Amino acid sequence: MGKRVGMEVAIAAAEAVALCNIDVAAVYPITPQSHIAEHMADIIHDGRIDAEFITVESEHSAISALAGASAAGARAYTATSSQGLMLMHEILPIVSAMRLPVCMANANRAVSGPLNIWNDHTDIMPQRDSGWICLFTENGQEAIDLSIMSFKIAEDPEVMLPCVVNIDGFQLTHMIEPLEFPSQAEVAKFLPPRKPFAQLHPDNPISMGCFAMPDTYAETVKAKEEALRGSKKVVTRVFAEWAKRFGRKYNVVETYRAKDADTLMLTMGSMGETAATAVDEMRKAGRKVGLVKLRLWRPFPVEEIKAAVAGCKTLIVMDRAISTGGAGGPVATDVKSILYGEKKRPRILNVIAGLGGRDLTVGDFVNMFDLAKKKKDEPFEFYGVRE
Amino acid sequence: MIEIRWHGRGGQGAVTSVEMIALAAIEAGKYAQGFPAFGPERRGAPVMAFNRISDKPIKIRSGIYQPDVVVVLDPSLVGLVPVTDGLKPGGILIINTSKSPEEIRKKLNYKGKLFTVDATRIAREELGVPITNTTMLGAVLKATGVLGLTSLKSPLEHRFGRVASKNMSAMKRAFNELKIAKAA
Repeated sequence: MGKRVGMEVAIAAAEAVALCNIDVAAVYPITPQSHIAEHMADIIHDGRIDAEFITVESEHSAISALAGASAAGARAYTATSSQGLMLMHEILPIVSAMRLPVCMANANRAVSGPLNIWNDHTDIMPQRDSGWICLFTENGQEAIDLSIMSFKIAEDPEVMLPCVVNIDGFQLTHMIEPLEFPSQAEVAKFLPPRKPFAQLHPDNPISMGCFAMPDTYAETVKAKEEALRGSKKVVTRVFAEWAKRFGRKYNVVETYRAKDADTLMLTMGSMGETAATAVDEMRKAGRKVGLVKLRLWRPFPVEEIKAAVAGCKTLIVMDRAISTGGAGGPVATDVKSILYGEKKRPRILNVIAGLGGRDLTVGDFVNMFDLAKKKKDEPFEFYGVRE
Repeated sequence: MIEIRWHGRGGQGAVTSVEMIALAAIEAGKYAQGFPAFGPERRGAPVMAFNRISDKPIKIRSGIYQPDVVVVLDPSLVGLVPVTDGLKPGGILIINTSKSPEEIRKKLNYKGKLFTVDATRIAREELGVPITNTTMLGAVLKATGVLGLTSLKSPLEHRFGRVASKNMSAMKRAFNELKIAKAA
């Protein structure tokens, strides 16, 4: 097992990728991802790994360059945030349709406007339907582990899809905390070189990402959809192999003190830790509360969520984004949808909180649990927002 | 768990202070966090940075609003920003100032535990610059006992290379020259 070190999480994310034998990185800097971009550039410039760093002029170019590199057979990496991710939007579904296993870190940050550089999940939500595998991390260690695992998941012959690892901006990226790294040799054993299914090469010309007429487009979409849904099996398998090799266990849906809870809260990302501390405090006071933490956002782990919330009376779904003009937060909308057909389902409260870096303390999570005592349910409500 | 809030001005290295404390604590086998007040960096403006140190894993991702310890790197911030805000009863206030502890107590109308040290003078004499972030580490170690002086050696060497020993000297002097104010 690797040595325990103190390190900033953004630097650690770049160091983790440096263990993954990547061929190409194209990273355009943006707050709060900048330290990943700078450190990745340093690692490659210093010759610590044998890879190309492409200094692109925008995020649109970064993801486009990586589509080309990945099609040529390279293991390709980028990192971005907020407006950068929004600028990539056009290319994201093309990368997944071409079945290119590009991996990306997203330092979650609010989307403009108004301009705001702080943390929430409004940047990743508009990318929800882009066909990327979408993972969330709760702390720095998970940022390291999932960054390494993302390549193995994405490149699996049953998957061949891009993967984005969400690392909450500032809350995680700018935090110095204790971390453990696997050794280069251990990662090399876990993650062998990529074996592309198809590859652009001048000696053997092929076409990729072609034009599709109405008689083939739908089939392509369906094939991608089936691959994305099927990737959950591979995610679970890779998590199991990681646990065996490195001792840290991951599940697509995590639960915390949920077994006998009558009220559960569902979170994604770094807020899960603060919420866990709130649950500990409330348990001490005799309240039957627990947590469900969504690690895999896409593909949506339907069966695992159903199993995790079965038996609870009230489910509070916390969203750090809103589907503007829609039925509520994107997470709650999906959760409600999959439970609609269930005979026994919990009452669901949707809380929109922590937008644009609005801080949430342990006390705030206790307050959110108290919302379950309310008699009248709204479709969703904003927490801690002034009228 | 002990929570520390650092007040400085952008460019004075408050973030380096929290980094040094966090790295030293982690190297000593503890759990720790070091982080800036999230947002854009502004040279010269009043800024804050934070530490959490614990013997158990830390599962809190929010800011620090009720610190156990407040450290002020820049004397000009006293009376300018509310440095005692949220300081826990029984908490510790540590200020870089050439003034007497009693003068500071009066100026802040603060009755709790108070320590002062003339870190700017020490930094000028030991480092040749009035940058007090590493000097004030010594004051924090002495006032809180959270870590030993030697625990900072490796993080300082890693960060400052050949000038690490000067920073160590400045830190040790602040450790030795820290004054405690008479109880109010």
